[in-house]
Amino acid sequence: MEETIAAVATPMGEGGIGVIRVSGAEAERILLRVFRPAQRLAPRRFSYGRVIDPESGETVDEAMAVFLPAPWTYTREDVAEIQCHGSAVALGKTLELVLRSGARLAEPGEFTKRAFLNGRLDLSQAESVMDLISARTERGYSMALGQLEGKLSGEVRALRERLLELLAHLAVSLDFPEEDVEELSRAKTAEILQSVRAELSGLLATADTGRILREGLKVAIVGRPNVGKSSLLNALLREKRAIVTEIPGTTRDTIEESLDLGGIPLLLTDTAGIRQTEDRIERLGIEKSREAAEDADLVFFLIDAAEPLREEDRAIAEAVRGKRCFLLLNKSDLPQAVAEEEAAALLPGAELLRISAEKKEGLQALEERIRALVYAGALQSGSRPLVNNARHKALLAAAAEELDAALALLSAGEALDLLEMNVRAAWERLGEITGETAAEEIIEEVFRRFCLGK
Amino acid sequence: MERFEMGNFDIAVIGAGHAGCEAALAAARMGKETLLLSINLEALAMMPCNPSVGGSGKGHLVREIDALGGEMGVNIDKSFLQSRMINTAKGPAVHSLRAQADKARYHDEMKRVIEAQPHLCLKQAEAVELLLEEGRVSGLVTRTGAIYRARAVILATGTFLRGRIFIGDSAYDSGPNGLAPSVALADDLKAKGMRLRRFKTGTPARALGSSLDYSRMEEQKGDDPIVPFSFLNDSLEKEQHSCWLTYTNEETHRIIRENIHRSALYGGHIEGVGPRYCPSIEDKISRFADKPRHQLFVEPEGAATDEVYLQGMSSSLPEDVQLRFYRSIPGLEKLEIVRPAYAIEYDCIDPVDLKLSLEHRDFPGLFCAGQFNGSSGYEEAAAQGLMAGINAALWLDGREAFILDRSEAYIGVLIDDLVTKGTEEPYRIMTSRVEYRLLLRQDNADLRLTEKGRALGLVSDARWEKYLDTKQKMEAELLRLAETVPPAAETLAFLESQGLDPGRAAPSLAALLKRPQLDYESLAPLDPQRPALPRHLIDKVQVAVKYEGYINKQREQVARFQRMEQRQLPEEIDYEEISGLRLEARQKLNRYRPRSLGQASRISGVSPADINVLLVYLEKLRRQEAQ
Repeated sequence: MEETIAAVATPMGEGGIGVIRVSGAEAERILLRVFRPAQRLAPRRFSYGRVIDPESGETVDEAMAVFLPAPWTYTREDVAEIQCHGSAVALGKTLELVLRSGARLAEPGEFTKRAFLNGRLDLSQAESVMDLISARTERGYSMALGQLEGKLSGEVRALRERLLELLAHLAVSLDFPEEDVEELSRAKTAEILQSVRAELSGLLATADTGRILREGLKVAIVGRPNVGKSSLLNALLREKRAIVTEIPGTTRDTIEESLDLGGIPLLLTDTAGIRQTEDRIERLGIEKSREAAEDADLVFFLIDAAEPLREEDRAIAEAVRGKRCFLLLNKSDLPQAVAEEEAAALLPGAELLRISAEKKEGLQALEERIRALVYAGALQSGSRPLVNNARHKALLAAAAEELDAALALLSAGEALDLLEMNVRAAWERLGEITGETAAEEIIEEVFRRFCLGK
Repeated sequence: MERFEMGNFDIAVIGAGHAGCEAALAAARMGKETLLLSINLEALAMMPCNPSVGGSGKGHLVREIDALGGEMGVNIDKSFLQSRMINTAKGPAVHSLRAQADKARYHDEMKRVIEAQPHLCLKQAEAVELLLEEGRVSGLVTRTGAIYRARAVILATGTFLRGRIFIGDSAYDSGPNGLAPSVALADDLKAKGMRLRRFKTGTPARALGSSLDYSRMEEQKGDDPIVPFSFLNDSLEKEQHSCWLTYTNEETHRIIRENIHRSALYGGHIEGVGPRYCPSIEDKISRFADKPRHQLFVEPEGAATDEVYLQGMSSSLPEDVQLRFYRSIPGLEKLEIVRPAYAIEYDCIDPVDLKLSLEHRDFPGLFCAGQFNGSSGYEEAAAQGLMAGINAALWLDGREAFILDRSEAYIGVLIDDLVTKGTEEPYRIMTSRVEYRLLLRQDNADLRLTEKGRALGLVSDARWEKYLDTKQKMEAELLRLAETVPPAAETLAFLESQGLDPGRAAPSLAALLKRPQLDYESLAPLDPQRPALPRHLIDKVQVAVKYEGYINKQREQVARFQRMEQRQLPEEIDYEEISGLRLEARQKLNRYRPRSLGQASRISGVSPADINVLLVYLEKLRRQEAQ
């Protein structure tokens, strides 16, 4: 049986009304799952009601919806339509709920394609159906290009690189067993998988703009003593309206502060307060950093750039590895003792910025980067469709699932061969985001999926 | 020059290497009067490079060839010196069998089979011209003027076609192993408009075994018990020979580096593209400068010769340098070279010019196989040869081509990769190219393919009986394992004795076998009633039970894959006419003429949107026909 498909059927503009169309045997079930009508839903009749998240029960938007049973519909399948009158965010969220409830994102021109294949359109229209499919794909191509420039694709590429390296190792081990190549240990393999998996979680979390807007972005400031953590916190707070000041942390050694950064609530956790009284302190500081980083969305890793790197810096880098990090070279106003390459090598993949917390230099850039991060792949400016985000999320989640399976195999002591299949699948899913899977076609696949169905 | 008629055949095969032998045998066994030509009959089933058959991925191919009724597996079982199952620790799908061959014996045994094969005529002759009638293949002419008429021709020219050998700065026209090259035929094919290109490969030196000091090397012995290649053989007993492992060192690398300018590869003499996975030693040292040593396997060339093969050390450096760098290696200090290492360049086609049946798109009746198609390796060649032979025979009868898809066999992956994606270097099969490899294991090649081979008329009664017996026993054992539940108390005691979690329910033997810590042998105490089964059957059963979940998951993937493979695209479609296809897709589709939507979707430059357009187009055709 054909899958049930869904897409935003109207061009997305800021604040405008958007229609989400669902077609296929599951249309009615999906509609009833995400839409609570004020009165009983009758076929072919528009009802007023609320779009709700079926898992949390939370209301997403007010909307009008209609269910049209087959065969008297455009596709000759059961069709449901939801008219959201809220923001682009609500529209995107609604589509996401529909997709999560069992629909698949429609391909460009797919509603029309189905209309034709189901005999709704006659033979003379075949040509125009074919033209429509290709025209929409072209449009999707240019739009997707715009969308993909950004942080998300960079992140995903970096993750793919790491998986690719692992895959190369696995391939050598499977296909060239007698070559004199050192095999990756299972521990090392697990380490790579776990770190990529952790970053995927990070990406999935930041892709969830809604959560960030509601709950705030959790930022941990870490670094060895006297690198300027408190100065940075204060500098950021002074710049911004402080919502609450000095809430005692869950442990007496941490301080949490909230501030509003261009509409994004930031929850800053400072690991200050670690006292340097004993030689236990080093380990304690590192442990603290690890804990703070653990449940943060983002880590500010501060380095005193006016002094050479120390062992402690490296230890903290180890502790926060795998987290999404900004590597902040503080004290840019003083003579510099740390080269950027040297710092970058501490935490490959982390974004590097020079700042001076004291002189408030570089903070603007930092804020811009944070905003970019939050909005990457999610709340784009202007009329960028959110649907792409739903797709990206689905792919990230699928990749994460494959990595979980791979990790489970690894810990069960199963053979590398099985593991390789999951890792490859994860790599392919990520590749579908950036359009970089081995086969040329996948690039087209990304762009094809991006455009909305009619 | 005078020309004269020398006979009529259904099929003529040019080249009697691993591709040519399988092609000729398959054609003859399918009842076609078949001619098999070789420039030199000593080159029949010759192994001009490594003395081994099988290995990762390649072992799968040999098993599949065997299941379909081909000869390679049977022949290596007759002639191996050592046999090993490799990759056993890495998962059931990648276990691969590899055997060291006695080269002379391999040739002798294959030659004997070919000489005894009804409908097959073996001749030493050099084909110099392809005959065409109205564009269709009609026969060939030999160097001496003999005309052989044939309704189909199979080209399996290996490295002979315009072969050219490079050693240092010397370069000369030659086939492999000092045999005569086939230049006139290359000229003829080119004159007929066939697109040809140059590939290159290389082979290391052969040395006198008695000049080596094995006490300085690591010994590598064969497996005991031996797992045979052919499904016809349950077990084999044989005295095995050893291989020996040693390593290069800094001194070796220094010698090579200092003389690298004298290598043909670095002197710019070679235009052909060589395989990345099989680099020469000078390549390895230049590209991986930080690697302190490279391995070298010393492998026997045969039981009746003292020659040994120096695996991992192919080169196109001049002989004086070869001698010096080989002698810098532990155990090789007094090495005497018998045959120097060389690089060889040859003509081949871009395989995208072929159909999946291996028939050339531009020359009806011309089928192609082996290195001529841009592949490398004896096993890849043999697999294509078998398929080309089968398809030439079917084509003559006007029957549908025999195509294995990517979900059915490594052979299917090999041919689909070549024909649909093309290749930029000599192509080698790899397990990582195979999407559904949990289904396509070497242990179950017989279950996958014997029935197909039987339908083609290639599977002998003996093989067929054996297959039916295996299948019946396997099914019975799977059922027995699923239904047998040992007494709960015994199971509990057994699991505790193994230090394993007892679990809750009383598990069947199959459920117990699924546990990663247990295998068929270890369950013996719980299973006193088990039948006596041969090793290969136990392996099959074990894998089927242990990996059932994964296997089922891949079956679902295959079902989705096959939906697209089964949407056939009619031969006569003019893609230029299809509105909505992008220009590149129209050109590619018109050139490649894929058999199915699935194949079309794998052509580079054909997008998923184009596939959707084709779906609509097919529906339009269907409705037009219905009207």
